[in-house]
Amino acid sequence: MKKDCNDCGAEINVPGDSMVGEIVTCPDCGANFEIIEKSELKIEVKPAESIGEDWGQ
Amino acid sequence: MGSMRVGVVGASGYVGGELLRLLVGHPKIEISTITSRQKAGEYVHRVHPSLKGFMDITFSDMNIDKLGDTCDLVFTALPHGKSKEFVKDLYGLGMKVIDLSADFRLKNPKDYVKWYGWEHPYPELLSKSIYGVPEFHRAEIKKAQLVSCPGCMAVTSLLAIKPLIANDLIDTEHIIVDSKIGSSGAGSKANAGTHHAMRYGVIRPYKPVKHRHTGEIEQELGLIAKKSIRIGMTPHAVNIVRGILTTNHTFLKRAVHEIDLWKIYRTTYKNEPFIRFIRDKKGLYKFPDPKFLIGSNFCDIGFEVDDENQRLVALSASDNLVKGAAGSAIQNMNVMLGYDEMDGLKQTPITPV
Repeated sequence: MKKDCNDCGAEINVPGDSMVGEIVTCPDCGANFEIIEKSELKIEVKPAESIGEDWGQ
Repeated sequence: MGSMRVGVVGASGYVGGELLRLLVGHPKIEISTITSRQKAGEYVHRVHPSLKGFMDITFSDMNIDKLGDTCDLVFTALPHGKSKEFVKDLYGLGMKVIDLSADFRLKNPKDYVKWYGWEHPYPELLSKSIYGVPEFHRAEIKKAQLVSCPGCMAVTSLLAIKPLIANDLIDTEHIIVDSKIGSSGAGSKANAGTHHAMRYGVIRPYKPVKHRHTGEIEQELGLIAKKSIRIGMTPHAVNIVRGILTTNHTFLKRAVHEIDLWKIYRTTYKNEPFIRFIRDKKGLYKFPDPKFLIGSNFCDIGFEVDDENQRLVALSASDNLVKGAAGSAIQNMNVMLGYDEMDGLKQTPITPV
């Protein structure tokens, strides 16, 4: 199943056996999304919480 | 059909050596002649040690008639200002020529006085020469007899900025190109500043204003904008051997979001085999960095919006000897001869390096 990335618009492949609560990642921009709803007809995701990296060193 | 016979004039320099490295892996060509006045009679591997075992050819003295007899296409990899005489003669013989110097990059003869300090002796050839960036001029390159390869920092910057101007996103009066480049960009001729003791560890701003690549960036962006454009450019020599990073500071005319920029860049470079987009939220490679493309013909492009200042930072990286020189030259040859554009250029980058 495919889902467009909310950040960059790339196509994210969502494995057929994935479950609600799993995290999927955009292959182009690396954004993480949590699957919040999944059926044979549709899939819904929301941005997943992530911890930012400190690049200040 | 037999192999295409190619010659490399000025094959003893860094760019000449890189051309040979890439050409030995090209499936459809044969290197028939390589010239070097200083190294005539010497085996290639004595000048380019990494080529030992790949070629047993020796350097020849420059001879236009011999090149005409033994080559179908010639690369000229001579210093700026030295190339023009040979290119004129080779062109006169009806040969296909790909020049890697700056001698045929600019269209307006007056720009040679402005940026290089000399009058161009063959202004009629400037209109025949095609600026060798296939991502901009592929159809013209296909029909060209003379192609002039772009400056290494110029092409790296141009590829990042073009989509922003083509889509009327940025203020064309305020574009700043900040470029960092490795030591091989200075060529193989030594001077006091290239000794290890003076070169190691530098972050050397070597031409804070009016660097000569500015002229070709202005020329090419002006063609896209359909008006004259001024660029501010500052290059720095940094402590790497190969590689360029350009940080292109531009100012937005309207608000844009990340997803809009992705769409613009993807649309502009759809099907371009040597453009990669690097703006990743994960992993080691989040924005373009030459470290991850060394040895390849890629130009990696990324971006970030500073919405408080309406600033769009477009970043691009390349290997100055590949996409910035020899790789572009071979890409141009592939276009001119109708070959697969990736022939001879399928190297994956070397990492770590």
